[in-house]
Amino acid sequence: MTSSDARDVVGDYEAGWHDPETSTIRFDAGLSEKIVRDISGLKNEPEWMTEVRVKAYHHFINQPMPSWGNLEILDNIDFEAITYFLRSGDKTEKDWDDVPEDIKRTFNRLGIPEAEQKWLGGVTAQYESEAVYHSIREDLEEQGVIFLDMDSGLREHEDIVKKYFCSVVPFQDNKFSALNTAVWSGGSFIYVPKGVKVEMPVQAYFRINAKNMGQFERTLIIADEGSSIHYVEGCTAPTYSTESLHSAVVELIAHKGAHIRYSTVQNWSNNVYNLVTKRAVANENATVEWVDGNIGSKLTMKYPAVILKGTGAHAEVISVAYAGNGQHQDAGAKVHHLASNTTSKILSKSISKDGGRGSYRGMVTVGKKAENCKVNVVCDALILDEESQSDTYPTMEISNPTCRSEHEASVSKVSDEQLFYLMSRGHNEEEAMALIVNGFFEPFTRELPMEYAVELNKLMALEMEGSIG
Amino acid sequence: MSGKGVLEIVNLHAKVGDEEILKGIDLTLKKGELHALMGRNGSGKSTLAKVLMGHPEYEVTDGSVTLDGEDILELETWERARLGIFLSFQYPQSVPGLQVGNFLRKSVSTVRGDDAPKARDFRRELNSAMEKLSVDKKFLGRYVNDGFSGGEKKRLEILQLMLLKPQLAILDETDSGLDIDALRTVATGINASVSDAACLIITHYQRILDYVNPDYVHVIIDGKIASSGGPELARKLEESGYEWLEEGVNE
Ligand SMILES: Nc1ncnc2c1ncn2[C@@H]1O[C@H](COP(=O)(O)OP(=O)(O)O)[C@@H](O)[C@H]1O
Ligand SMILES: [Mg+2]
Repeated sequence: MTSSDARDVVGDYEAGWHDPETSTIRFDAGLSEKIVRDISGLKNEPEWMTEVRVKAYHHFINQPMPSWGNLEILDNIDFEAITYFLRSGDKTEKDWDDVPEDIKRTFNRLGIPEAEQKWLGGVTAQYESEAVYHSIREDLEEQGVIFLDMDSGLREHEDIVKKYFCSVVPFQDNKFSALNTAVWSGGSFIYVPKGVKVEMPVQAYFRINAKNMGQFERTLIIADEGSSIHYVEGCTAPTYSTESLHSAVVELIAHKGAHIRYSTVQNWSNNVYNLVTKRAVANENATVEWVDGNIGSKLTMKYPAVILKGTGAHAEVISVAYAGNGQHQDAGAKVHHLASNTTSKILSKSISKDGGRGSYRGMVTVGKKAENCKVNVVCDALILDEESQSDTYPTMEISNPTCRSEHEASVSKVSDEQLFYLMSRGHNEEEAMALIVNGFFEPFTRELPMEYAVELNKLMALEMEGSIG
Repeated sequence: MSGKGVLEIVNLHAKVGDEEILKGIDLTLKKGELHALMGRNGSGKSTLAKVLMGHPEYEVTDGSVTLDGEDILELETWERARLGIFLSFQYPQSVPGLQVGNFLRKSVSTVRGDDAPKARDFRRELNSAMEKLSVDKKFLGRYVNDGFSGGEKKRLEILQLMLLKPQLAILDETDSGLDIDALRTVATGINASVSDAACLIITHYQRILDYVNPDYVHVIIDGKIASSGGPELARKLEESGYEWLEEGVNE
C-alpha cells in the first residue's frame, strides 16, 4: 500500500484511533514531505502541528549525521528502508514462531506471564493490563492530573501541547530529534497541576499497547509549581522489535519548586538502533532526576539532559548501561547550569562483556553568570573480559570561578581474588559474576521501584550465564 | 564416620608459577578436633589454606587431599564449599554494592542446600549469631567488606562461619588485627561453630590459643610440617621462637 491510498482505505479520522485493530495502514518504506503530511492528516492534527512536522522533515533531510558516536554503526542505518508510520492491526502482528528462541527463553526465565510475553514479542498489540491503567488514571484524574497518550493529549489539550511542544527539544537540535518531530506517534502526555504530589510512580508499562511502543514516541511531561511526579517507562524483559530504528524524544518541564523523576529501563533486542533525545528544563528550586538503564540494542545513543534555568535548581542523572556481544552503549548525561546556586550530580556506570563496548559521554557547562554552582560527576566502568571495551568522553566547560566541581572516573575488572572469595561461599562462577555485576549496578537499582529492581537483578544473572567456560 | 579421618592431606606439593611452596604436607584432621597451624610469615600457611579451597592460581603437583574418603582436589571451589569446607580469609575481598544481609542469605542457601533454614529461621539464626559477635544490625545493610576495618572484616568472616556450619573450617589468621576484646568475642563465635567440625586454625601468635583450645599444634617451616604436638608446643614457640625447629630442619 502506498501512502496516497492509505486515507482512502481508512476514511477520515473521526473518533480517534481507539478501535483500529480491524484495519491496517502501513506506508511504504522511505520518507517524503507527502508522507509527513499524510501522517498528520490521518491523525486529523491542527495545522500548526502539520507545519512543525514538515519543517522538521526538511531539517532532517538537510542535517548531516552526527559526527561522533559510533559512526561505523550509525552509517549502517538505511533511512529509506524504514517504515515511518504504522498503525497496528491484526495483520501487522507477528507470529509467535517468529520471535527468536533466545528471547522466548529469557521471558520464561524471568517468569513473565504468557499474555505479556506475547505483547513484548510484538505478537499482540494490546496488553490486558489496560484495565489497571484505567484505574490508575481515575486516581490521577481526581487530583487533576492529565495522563494521556500523546495523540490524545494533542487532541484534548491542544493549548498546553502547543505551548510546550519542541520548547525543550527544538527539532533543529539534532538529526534524530528532527526525524522524531516529523513522524512522531504515541508516547505520553502528562500535566501535573500546581502543588499536586503524585505519590505512586506512574508507570507507562500499565498502558502498553502498540501505539505507545512506537518507533518514534514523543513524550511531554509538565510539572506545575510545587508539584511532583515519578514516571516509569520501559521494562527489563527483552523487547523484541523488527523495526530497527527507535528514535524517541522526551521533554520535561519542571516549574518552580517542582520535582520530576523519570525512570527508564530498556532492553531492546540487539538489532535495534536506540537513538533518543531526552531533555528537561528545571526552573527555580526545581529538581529533575533521570534514572536511565540501557540493556540490549545494537547501538544506543542517549544522554539525558537537564537545563538548570532557575536559581537553586537541582539535576541528577543516574545511568547504567550493559553492552554485550555486538552491542555499543554510548550513554551519559548533559547538564547546563544557567543560574546561580544550581547543583548537579551525574553517576554513570557501564558494564561491557563478550566484546561489547560501553562509552560514557558527558557534558557539563556552567555559565558566566551562574554563581556558586556545584557539579559532581562519577563514572565507573566494569569490564568483564579481554575482548570488551570501555571509554569515556567527559567534557566540562566552567565559565564561572565560584563553581565547585568534582569528577571521578574508574575502570575496573573483576579480580580472580574477588571471584575466588565468592566461590568459596558456594557460588559458582556465573553466580559469583552476577553478585559482582548486580553489586556494581546497585546504586542505580536501588532507585528503581521494587519489581523493576528484582527483574533487573534476574536479568543480569541471566546475562552472566552461558558464556563462562 | 566417627574414628575416621575427616580430612586427610597426604604428601601435598603445590607450586605457584615455577616456585614450589608446599613441599610435602601430611596432616589428618578428625571430626571435632581443633588443630593449630603455626609458622613464620612466608612459610606457606595461606598457600595451604587456599590450595584446600581450590584457588586456581596454585597447582597441585603431587599428593592427595580427601574429605571422608572423597578426593576433593578434582572439585571446583564452590563444590568444595557446598561439601562443607569453609575458609575464613586472611584478606577478605570487598564486593561493592553487595549487601551483607543479602550475601549471607544467598550463601547460606547455596552452601546448606536442602538443609538451609527458611526465611524466619534464617532471621533467628542470623540475629543470634550477630548478637554473639556483638555486631550491629546496620552491618547487614553495608556492602561486603567495602570500607570495613580489619576487625569488622574478621567478624564478618566468623559470622559466615557460624551461619554456613561447615564440617571443615580453615581459619587463616583470624586473630591478626584484633584487639583483645574483639579477639575474645570472635573466639566465642569460633568455639560455638566448630565443636562438631574439624577445624584448622592458622596463626603465628599463641594469643588466640588462650581462647580456643587446640587439641594439636603443628609447625610449618618452608612448606613442610616441621613438628607436631599438643598445646604445649604452642607455648614453647611463644617462649623460644622458631629457631630451634629451623635448626632441626636445616640439619
Ligand atoms: N600467588 C603467589 N604468587 C607468588 N608467590 C606466592 C604466591 N602465593 C604465595 N607465594 C609465596 O609463597 C610463600 C608462602 O606464602 P604464604 O602461603 O602466603 O605464607 P604465610 O601465609 O605462611 O605467610 C611466600 O614466599 C610467598 O611469597
Ligand atoms: Mg598467610
